[in-house]
Amino acid sequence: MGKVIVVTSGKGGVGKTTSSAALGAALARDGEKVVVVDFDVGLRNLDLVMGAERRVVYDLVNVIQGEAKLTQALIRDKRLETLYLLPASQTRDKDNLTAEGVETVIGALKQAFDWVICDSPAGIERGATLAMRHADIAIVVTNPEVSSVLDSKTLKAEAGDRMEKHLLLTRYDPVRAQRGDMLKVDDVLEILSIPLLGIVPESMDVLRASNVGSPVTLADERSAPAVAYFDAARRLKGEALPIAIPGEKRGFFGKFFGRKVA
Amino acid sequence: MNLLRLFSRSQSAPAARERLQVLLAHERAAVGDSDLVTKLRDEILRAIAKHMQIDDEKVSVRMERGAKVSTLAVDIEIPFDTDKKAA
Repeated sequence: MGKVIVVTSGKGGVGKTTSSAALGAALARDGEKVVVVDFDVGLRNLDLVMGAERRVVYDLVNVIQGEAKLTQALIRDKRLETLYLLPASQTRDKDNLTAEGVETVIGALKQAFDWVICDSPAGIERGATLAMRHADIAIVVTNPEVSSVLDSKTLKAEAGDRMEKHLLLTRYDPVRAQRGDMLKVDDVLEILSIPLLGIVPESMDVLRASNVGSPVTLADERSAPAVAYFDAARRLKGEALPIAIPGEKRGFFGKFFGRKVA
Repeated sequence: MNLLRLFSRSQSAPAARERLQVLLAHERAAVGDSDLVTKLRDEILRAIAKHMQIDDEKVSVRMERGAKVSTLAVDIEIPFDTDKKAA
């Protein structure tokens, strides 16, 4: 039985889709069977970020409404054999996502895959809560910025205590952090009190990867954000890796494990 | 090695532009339900369903939308059944 992860955030534009694609590809590269599901009905973009936009035949809503079989709607990644995508429809109403339909689809995916990664819409609206309802793990994507942190706090309260939660701090800018113009990692952790899964530095590599339609972990696996996502994926699998703060001088752990992150 | 990486990744914006253009062109074509590939897909499946029972699980439909040419691949597993063949 696979694990269901919901990648979510309080606020939009923090990097959910980038993170869903990058983590999915990172896990699949290690041979895990992964499906990334786009729950953002009405605003599809996971297929674009993963470079599968020209190959979409059916989508999540088609499956829920019984117009297509799940196996027909799944798109296999061209680069990784064990990576699949279930796209969202752009043209349909998000009210088409029924609770029972979502439950059936996630249940079937859990049987067939090691990891079911749900790229959820932002906030605490219907689409987001539907995806969250069946998840084992929630990854809360947050930027080190006041409104993002506050919205994550609200989201965390909404999600309740049922599932395991991890914080993924994205778009972390080491230069601004050093200048003291950005919330520090410790500050964010103290406010949210969610265990940290990883810190992804702000990087041009992310934009470049999305331009060419590739998860950043496949576009350039040695880039700083890719390394951060690979580490986060290993932590998801249960490895206890120390977390390096981008741009910070190597601490005790860094002396042993540290690598240049930014 | 770093130099090589810099060279190999210098141009990503044109790729983004081209991908968006192709996607938008197909979406424009799809307004009014005239997306040819989608139409073909539905009609092919209907035509085959008229003559035989299709097991939905044994049908795979793949599409690739291109700037000039799109491809549609429909794989249907047809069971070899002598009774039906005689009928």
